[in-house]
Amino acid sequence: MQTKEFLKQMVEATGVSGSECRVADFISRVYGEVCDEVRSDVLGNVIGFKQGAGDTKRPTIMLAGHMDEIGLMITKIDDKGFLKFTQVGGVDQRTLVAQEVVVHGREDLIGIIGLKPPHLMAPEDRGKAIPMRDLQIDLGLPAEKVRELVSVGDVVTVNRSFMELGSDIVACKAMDDRAAVAVIYECLQELKKLHHTADIYAVATTQEEVGLRGATVSTYGINPDIGIALDVCHGAMPGVPEEDTAPMGKGPSIAFGANIHPKVFEQLTKLAKEYNIPYTLDPTPAGTGTDLWAMQVVRAGIPTALLSIPSRYMHTSVETVSMTDVKLSGRLLAYFIASIDAAFVEGLLCY
Amino acid sequence: MLLKKLSEAFGPSGCEQEVRTILREELKDHISEWQRDALGNLIACKPAAAGPRVMVAAHMDEVGLMISSVDSAGLLHFHKVGGIDDRVLVSKPVLIGKGRVPGVIGAKAIHLQRPEERTQVIPHRSLFIDIGAKSKEEALEKVKIGDYVIFATQYGELGASMAKGKAFDDRAGCAILAELLKEDYSFPLYGAFTVQEEVGLRGAGVAAYAIEPDLAIVLEGTTCNDVSGIEEHEYSTVIGGGPAITFMDTSAVGNKAMIRELVRLAEANGIPYQFKGTVTGGNDAGRINISRAGVPVVAVSIPCRYIHSPVSLLSLADVEHSKALVKLFLRSIEGGFRV
Amino acid sequence: MKELIKRLVEAYGPTGSEESVRSLIMEEVKPYVDEMQVDALGNLIAIKRGGGKKLMLASHMDEIGVMVTHIDDKGFLRFYSVGGLSPFTLIGNRCYFANGTVGVFGMERLDAIKDLAMNKMFIDIGADSREEALEKVNIGDTAAIRREFCDLGKRLVSKAMDNRIACAVQIEALKQVQNLAFDVYAVFTTQEEVGLRGARVAAFGITPDIGIAVDVTATGDTPKSATMDVTLGKGPTVKVRDSSLLCTPAVRRHMEQVAKANDIPYQLEVLQAGGTDGGAIQMTKSGIPTGVMSIPCRYIHTASEMVDYDDVEQGVRFLVKLMETDYLG
Repeated sequence: MQTKEFLKQMVEATGVSGSECRVADFISRVYGEVCDEVRSDVLGNVIGFKQGAGDTKRPTIMLAGHMDEIGLMITKIDDKGFLKFTQVGGVDQRTLVAQEVVVHGREDLIGIIGLKPPHLMAPEDRGKAIPMRDLQIDLGLPAEKVRELVSVGDVVTVNRSFMELGSDIVACKAMDDRAAVAVIYECLQELKKLHHTADIYAVATTQEEVGLRGATVSTYGINPDIGIALDVCHGAMPGVPEEDTAPMGKGPSIAFGANIHPKVFEQLTKLAKEYNIPYTLDPTPAGTGTDLWAMQVVRAGIPTALLSIPSRYMHTSVETVSMTDVKLSGRLLAYFIASIDAAFVEGLLCY
Repeated sequence: MLLKKLSEAFGPSGCEQEVRTILREELKDHISEWQRDALGNLIACKPAAAGPRVMVAAHMDEVGLMISSVDSAGLLHFHKVGGIDDRVLVSKPVLIGKGRVPGVIGAKAIHLQRPEERTQVIPHRSLFIDIGAKSKEEALEKVKIGDYVIFATQYGELGASMAKGKAFDDRAGCAILAELLKEDYSFPLYGAFTVQEEVGLRGAGVAAYAIEPDLAIVLEGTTCNDVSGIEEHEYSTVIGGGPAITFMDTSAVGNKAMIRELVRLAEANGIPYQFKGTVTGGNDAGRINISRAGVPVVAVSIPCRYIHSPVSLLSLADVEHSKALVKLFLRSIEGGFRV
Repeated sequence: MKELIKRLVEAYGPTGSEESVRSLIMEEVKPYVDEMQVDALGNLIAIKRGGGKKLMLASHMDEIGVMVTHIDDKGFLRFYSVGGLSPFTLIGNRCYFANGTVGVFGMERLDAIKDLAMNKMFIDIGADSREEALEKVNIGDTAAIRREFCDLGKRLVSKAMDNRIACAVQIEALKQVQNLAFDVYAVFTTQEEVGLRGARVAAFGITPDIGIAVDVTATGDTPKSATMDVTLGKGPTVKVRDSSLLCTPAVRRHMEQVAKANDIPYQLEVLQAGGTDGGAIQMTKSGIPTGVMSIPCRYIHTASEMVDYDDVEQGVRFLVKLMETDYLG
């Protein structure tokens, strides 16, 4: 399957934190084509295993990209059949107004989070953002019917289709972080042409958006020699200081700082230069705000690094990424994996 | 003098090499077994045949800065590493990278400011470091993005048995731990010089996981605000009041039996001591406490005025008393004290 | 059962000082379990073996409170909160220490009541000097809110319903359960209010196959309350999520099936703010399937937390059935 098609089907699928099973099933199937075996763990992480070459003790590398997306959860069905909701993960309430959503009840139901028409709104109200507690979903159904089909606790996603914009840019919901899952897939494809000693655990993690939970438990179970997280970072856009963003289409952003093992960082940048893969630097003194933060301190500590794909409009339903960045990141990751041997892993404890 | 060497060492969170080197050198005749891990913790092992496994921890890292970008005028912008109040940054000399390139965090001269500007805090994002470069290219010949930065503070002794310097939080703790490790004990002792405490208590948990201690003592540098204009109940600790024992902070509840024993030993041996008077703040004890199936912990801290700023003040008597108290506690474990 | 609840809620046990509650609970459950252990953080682990998978139950023994940080020369105590206590709930209230000393919360003069903060308050134990105060209390001592249990008939009110009502439910369920489908590790945890610490280490030590925490949850049934579809009197809840966990869907489904099969009324709970021991259990090692049963409670983290007695009794029945019905995952 082409990486772009994989990404398209992933982002259009549903997988709100804690309810990832639909997108998880799809990813499992596709990973099955490039891995030796695929399994799930207690928190629903999808773990694809690809064995390395060689008989001696093989180093293990875990790749993590989270498959969960932010979304909403129903808190109450009112007497008129309108649905009250809360967020799952960091949702900007301003991005919800005048949206079509899908309520995943007994069936998938289309609903609208509407806004009072301008004609009926007082001038002073038009300047204010509406708090989430004052928003509601309209299913266009009578209350009894709603109660049959929807329950408190059901999740909701924005109804969005994958779009191809100019210059290799694509847009949809859930690019954070399924674009990274696509990078891992691209990497596994590239590895078919390369020789690698290391065993690879390609993990599509769950519940990153609510506390890096999937990564914490999956890393504990795998206890890899090296952990690489893939996530999105902020793509350059107007109104945001340049030093907080990375340019689109110029390759992955490689993080540096306390969350990153300096030798793994060095190896990534060395290979990027060697193979002419463009990249930008992301100096991050403390937490990277990604699965990596959890992975690094599992058990007795894991050497870790982060590759990020620039994305504009993060945590909206029109997140954009560049397919060029996806491909470049996947390739760099593959070269990195191919370069790892037992000696390199030994050296990671030498400070 | 070890405290001086440690205080002046270069070691913001994530870049603790120099501190690690100093400590290994200091302890080379006393420690034959060192444990290393993926985060860079330095663990001195003093194994023994029997007895409870005791972990004593002090963190090597200090708060500092990291170069985030270089502008076209050759001025360096930076991130903060650890919790630093923006107001302590203005008008300070700094040193960049292992090569210690000197720079200054300047501010507009007073003559050029409007009156109302002088009451505004300058956010760190509006500050920059000047290394005397005239262009981006010239700057990048000497420094690079991602370089760490420390305050250019020299250690000095002053006043009544006091010392000034940077990074007493927690190089004072490291100095004490190094001294403790020079003696021998009848139980297995693990001296953990941890990393990355200031950016989220990162090193201590993985060290504890590997060591699997039965109990742990954390040596810290702690807040001390016993200055004019502050209400007595907000001092936190008092300089010269002796080692500060923490009942509870946001990271851990101190083990009561351990606290009682420390108090008993202090009183029986005429060592001044105090209790930490605030419940805010956290330290490595928080991660050690909940490691695996749980570890009883207590934190013993040296009061440091002006913590997390370019220059702090501590009492050398407090350092000596803290060392003496913890040493007595370790001997008490030898004598049979158990939690 | 009301008598047991009264003793539990009126017991002294702020976070970090759970000893008396632990002793009380040990006395109660001893005749009904095979073994009891206390671990490094003071958790009480009561083991009742029925064979099969390991089921860990968790209800926390600690309550929110305050800790003395300073005693001034006039004998007034300065303090800080232990756990999520709002200063506004302290005005006019009383507290008590382990040795029974009673204190009153006072506050400094304020320009506006919204400026109220913990460091502008103090505790008055009726002492006139530091020396006099030190005869009764010391820095580091913790105090719990002092308020008596009230039986309103259908409803019960007290301080520390969070979480002693869950402890009561767990104790009573251990007494009533007959045909255990698991090796049950019924943990009465410590330090939940400051970060789920007791449950975290207990779960690591036990490494159960499945975990069910028992706690209280908020309701949406008082005037102009936050939106929440949980009502006093409509039964214990099966939690969907709170800020510390998204309950494992298979465990949630199992809990709903058990409730339905045994005619136990229940409500689905989505708690927007607030975490529970379930969050710590779920994240243990490589993950534990975890669910939570909650007793609906109004006015949480005040001196007058209110629960419905029917909900409590149904909660006991629910927990018994959960211990008697195997989980097939």
